[in-house]
Amino acid sequence: MSPEEKLQSNVSDGGLKEHNYLGLSDCSSVGSSNLSGLADDDKATISLKATELTLGLPGSQSPARDNTELNLLGPAKLDEKPFFPLLPSKDEISCSSSQKNLASGNKRGFSDTMDKFSEAKVSVYAEKNWMFPEAVVANQSVVKKEVPQNIPKGKQSTTNNSSSPPAAKAQIVGWPPVRSYRKNTLATTCKNSDEVDGKPGSGPLFVKVSMDGAPYLRKVDLRSYNNYGELSSALEKMFSTFTLGQPGSSGATGKDVRNETRLKDLLNGKDYVLTYEDKDGDWMLVGDFSWEIFIGVCKKLKIMKGSDAIGLAAAPAPRTMEKSKMRA
Amino acid sequence: MASVSLLFVTLLSVTLYINIKSFILWDQSQTFLPSLSDSVLMDRRFPFKVLEHIFSFVDSNEDRNSVSLVCKSWFETERRTRKRVFVGNCYAVSPLKVARRFPKMRSLTLKGKPHFADYNLVPDGWGGYAWPWIEAMAARRPLLEEIRLKRMVVTDECLEKIAASFRDFKSLVLTSCEGFSTDGIAAIASTCRKLRNLELRECIVDDLGGDWLSYFPETSTSLVSLDFSCLDSEVKLSDLERLLSRSPNLKSLKLNRSVTLDVLESLLRRAPQLVELGTGSFSDELDPEEISKLTKALSELKQLKSLSGLWDLLPEYIPVLYSVCPRLTSLNLSYATVQMPDLIDLLSRCSKLQKLWVMDLIEDKGLKTVALCCKELRELRVFPSGADLDETDVTLTEQGLVSVSEGCQKLESVLYFCVQFTNAALVSIAKNRPNFRCFRLCVMEPFAPDYRTQQPLDEGFKAIVERCKDLRRLSVSGLLTDKAFEYIGVHAKKLRMLSIAFAGDSDLMLHHLLSGCESLKKLEIRDCPFGDTALLENAAKLETMRSLWMSSCFVSFGACKQLSQKMPRLNVEVIDEHPPKTRPDSSPVERIYIYRTVAGPRLDTPEFVWTIHKKPEVGVSRLAIR
Repeated sequence: MSPEEKLQSNVSDGGLKEHNYLGLSDCSSVGSSNLSGLADDDKATISLKATELTLGLPGSQSPARDNTELNLLGPAKLDEKPFFPLLPSKDEISCSSSQKNLASGNKRGFSDTMDKFSEAKVSVYAEKNWMFPEAVVANQSVVKKEVPQNIPKGKQSTTNNSSSPPAAKAQIVGWPPVRSYRKNTLATTCKNSDEVDGKPGSGPLFVKVSMDGAPYLRKVDLRSYNNYGELSSALEKMFSTFTLGQPGSSGATGKDVRNETRLKDLLNGKDYVLTYEDKDGDWMLVGDFSWEIFIGVCKKLKIMKGSDAIGLAAAPAPRTMEKSKMRA
Repeated sequence: MASVSLLFVTLLSVTLYINIKSFILWDQSQTFLPSLSDSVLMDRRFPFKVLEHIFSFVDSNEDRNSVSLVCKSWFETERRTRKRVFVGNCYAVSPLKVARRFPKMRSLTLKGKPHFADYNLVPDGWGGYAWPWIEAMAARRPLLEEIRLKRMVVTDECLEKIAASFRDFKSLVLTSCEGFSTDGIAAIASTCRKLRNLELRECIVDDLGGDWLSYFPETSTSLVSLDFSCLDSEVKLSDLERLLSRSPNLKSLKLNRSVTLDVLESLLRRAPQLVELGTGSFSDELDPEEISKLTKALSELKQLKSLSGLWDLLPEYIPVLYSVCPRLTSLNLSYATVQMPDLIDLLSRCSKLQKLWVMDLIEDKGLKTVALCCKELRELRVFPSGADLDETDVTLTEQGLVSVSEGCQKLESVLYFCVQFTNAALVSIAKNRPNFRCFRLCVMEPFAPDYRTQQPLDEGFKAIVERCKDLRRLSVSGLLTDKAFEYIGVHAKKLRMLSIAFAGDSDLMLHHLLSGCESLKKLEIRDCPFGDTALLENAAKLETMRSLWMSSCFVSFGACKQLSQKMPRLNVEVIDEHPPKTRPDSSPVERIYIYRTVAGPRLDTPEFVWTIHKKPEVGVSRLAIR
């Protein structure tokens, strides 16, 4: 635990003047370059620590950016000792100057990694991160001094809608102070609309999507797509699992890309067609009306086998013929 | 001449005083000041029966506590007549003592874990077990009728014991509890013949299925309130229908999410007398006929005052609710992910609304509508929807709260989550609404200053505590220096509960609070640079408070030891999930929880909790007898 020992000796020496909290030598550059200054075994230990779930505050030192995937579901190191000694207040000032660059740099780093964090936000909420409450404190002395510097960035991020503070927020234990009961309940609510982007306006328009041979229905929000292409690719993603192993599909392997193109082929006229039930109860082929009209009339979607869809006209055809086909 | 009239006046006033004093008890709003002198006189004038009768008009527990301090006979009389017992910290006193002291106890309310347990700051297994209390009451107070528990660990054994031991048991209300399964609920339902209230509010329940509902016997007709909104699994519709049909006194029904919209109509038809309704899911497809039936059923609920649930509420179903809106005094939309324009349609019809819980999807514009239309509003809570994480534009700013504070004259309780705030807004809010009793502002960005002036929010909160003289509960957030807490210490004299996160510069903060806030009972702090000095200097204050929670602050182990030694009637608990191998005095402590108690250190601590021993040389003792 050499970085830790280093740290302890630093504290007894009366300050972390030359090292940041990781026990690394002070560098003006930030992020992954910090790791380069270490001996190899230190690096290993550090990068292992860096895969821990987060240290939270905006402007706080974030773990290495290149390990983002591991970060989120990192192994819980319960036997890890906390390596942020709580400094008495008189030491705050001494360490803040050396850590200024690090903190502001890492804030930039944070916004870069925001995208990767956003997917995991639900799991972060649900997960109990006990690891580093004191990390937040150690950072806090730094971050506070940073505030004047960070404001422009803070403003930027809120107006940018890139929401890097929220990503950081999501990683502080118990912050914002919303009851876990509520968080869990809302997480399940959001999951229902997770596949859609939730544009504001007139609210989501959910329709059921069924597929021949699929064991259950899905729901999609039509208002979250702008055209047939988007709808089609979303449905492809949703139902790609069901076409695996279907008779007639060419030898399946696990690659997503291949599945997608195969499904596209399937949907584009080989085996499956997309149909919808309109306000009158008629089943029609999707695609002939403009998108706006379509979402106005569509009540249900169905991915049918091409053979079943024969006889379904795209334009309004005599109803009697369609209805008899459906009954058949 | 002057001396005679003075003597006369004195005599008169003394007689009046003695007589008036006995009538002070009739006026419950007076705070009763204990006196020393008149006990003998009182005995002669007021025999036990008369005292008893007088005390029967004293309801509030605070007043009763004061009454019991006057003299021995008052203590005795009071304790023999107290029916509703409230214990704010289940570890402050032993169950046995409470059972013995109040022989006529009919209702027991207990609170267990610290408030910050709601936000995952208290590790699982910390404590708060209901069993010792249930066991003690079952043995000594079999006439107990009501048990209300908050943040406690309740097991199926507890529930079975309740069902088996209290023959007149009427009311079980569990808030934020955990540790039991639906089997325990079934035991209560099947055995408590006179059950009136069964409410599970936001509990974590091991849900083994919806059968528990069928355990209400066919003869059971006494239900007044039923809340199973926190359960997951489906209950049988026919069981629920039959239960409703035979419960004419049912006033409050809160369904869980798996009760679908298509069956709601049939349930409501059987309970038109409902005053409180929590619906299930509100998103299933209904055909027009079903919709109109549901609308009619809702309009038949002539006494409905409170509406909640509304999970996944779809905008096209909002008109269904229009008929109940004009009568509603309480509306909980905090699980309804409805956007602002639809919310406006709904809220503009709720002119009698007193309590509104909503998500930040309401935006400033929606709150403006509330300010215009809901003139009776007393309580507002705006929760974060997480929409900002999804990159949707949700424009909820400080302006929303300002509008409501302007328009709603009766507003006295607020919980508001917002990304950022300004001092100017806080000052306006304080000017508009000096009648706040509860003000909880959560600026979600830690250390966020006033975003217009870049100043700390000190001045804003100063305005709040200066103007709102009746403030009982306050939560602060955003960038705050020691100054803010100096203001709070000086002005917030009636403040009872204070929550702080990511604030302050030094120990001075804590010192201001502990030395200034006279009525402070609960203080909870996380991630602030408070430390030893302030705690030790104000140790005596801690015995006047219910509890103090500090996590991720600069408190050293040595200070904990000193504090514990200084104050014998405090339990100083160190909660440390990653304890160091050695504990020098200067080593920091992860979390401390300090509370006054007459029961001594508790015996049910898990391995990550240590109660600091009173003898400093022992250091830390862990009495881990479960």
